[in-house]
Amino acid sequence: MSCSRRDFLKEAVGGTLASVLPIGAYVMLSSEEARAAVANAKVRWAFLVDATKCIGCGMCVKACKNENEIPYDAPVTRTWVERYVVTKDGEVHVDSPMGGRDGFTDPKVGGEEIDPDDIEKAYFLPKLCNQCSNPPCVQVCPVGATFQTDDGVVLIDRTWCIGCGYCIMACPYGVRFFHPVTKTADKCTFCYHRITKGLKPACVDACAFDARMIANLKDPDDPVTKRILTERVAVLKDEYGTKPNVFYIGLDASVR
Amino acid sequence: MKRHVLHPLWLAIGVIAAILIARQFMVPDDFGINGSSFTYGFYRLGDIQDWKNFPVKYEGRDYCANCHKDNYRSIRRSPHKHVQCENCHGPARGHPAEIAKLPINMDRSLCLRCHANLDYGNTARAEMPSIVDHRHHRRQQCAECHNPHDPRERFR
Repeated sequence: MSCSRRDFLKEAVGGTLASVLPIGAYVMLSSEEARAAVANAKVRWAFLVDATKCIGCGMCVKACKNENEIPYDAPVTRTWVERYVVTKDGEVHVDSPMGGRDGFTDPKVGGEEIDPDDIEKAYFLPKLCNQCSNPPCVQVCPVGATFQTDDGVVLIDRTWCIGCGYCIMACPYGVRFFHPVTKTADKCTFCYHRITKGLKPACVDACAFDARMIANLKDPDDPVTKRILTERVAVLKDEYGTKPNVFYIGLDASVR
Repeated sequence: MKRHVLHPLWLAIGVIAAILIARQFMVPDDFGINGSSFTYGFYRLGDIQDWKNFPVKYEGRDYCANCHKDNYRSIRRSPHKHVQCENCHGPARGHPAEIAKLPINMDRSLCLRCHANLDYGNTARAEMPSIVDHRHHRRQQCAECHNPHDPRERFR
């Protein structure tokens, strides 16, 4: 192969121009456009659970089921309360009969008798949809039936959902379920119909112990936002990278 | 091209065209990329309004206070002040217009949700005044002796 100096220079200049050209395809955004592109919503809903205050009465689960028309006796629920009993041998006993709908009244955990002297620690833990910033359930929907609103809540379009169940499997927190009446996927919406009217979610109102709180992360004066920012909070399954927006005070390492 | 290739090809193109035409009519105008990205914002915009229109069932204690002032005041002065009326009486939507009376649930199980003794020393549950169900007047309802609107007032 031979290459004259002229050809070499020609090729080099041409190649450089060709590689620089695509940069021209990038558009310079005005600051308004840039802000709109990253969602300029004034609201970002989040939730704070003070696990140290929960006593396992299950009023939140009952209120949620009534408020959101989830069949009361079906074994599905948008929020639930788990009981953890850690015994001195290091074993973790967990149960949540009917999602804790009727409260925890029986000292037996999952039908298993546990000697009170054997208990090292025990606690109740409410769970609900984490309204993740990177929701894996939305990514897997093949039809565009589930999505994230500008204020951060993940919703399901009941008229659009085909009930394939991919999202139910994709959620690492197991908050999605198949609604036996609408025959679609269903999950906690932070009571979207209530929070957008200035009310609190039904479970927050029903909690007599202030264990459940709703926050707007974009409002620095929100008292619950202040608590999330200043207190020692943790999220569930941080390692999945889903960026959950339900924060817990008093979360134990034995929680699954 | 030979006929045995062309015929199925036209058929396939026809089917695809029919689907695309049907799609034009069946997919709502507001369906598309509405959010910040395709990954999380590919949906029907009208669904947000559909969810906002979902009916509210729990009205909150201030709604109850409009008529039931005495009960509202007595419970607000009692240790049960944090318990919402609707926690025990059920959601108030449609009351009193359509549902004349909300249920008065006298069942022990309602009280036991908080007051059944569980030996969990490190939780707030342990601080609750509590009973062991089978040892405390098993055949009676709690409300026969304790006033749920002011539990300090015993043996009424």
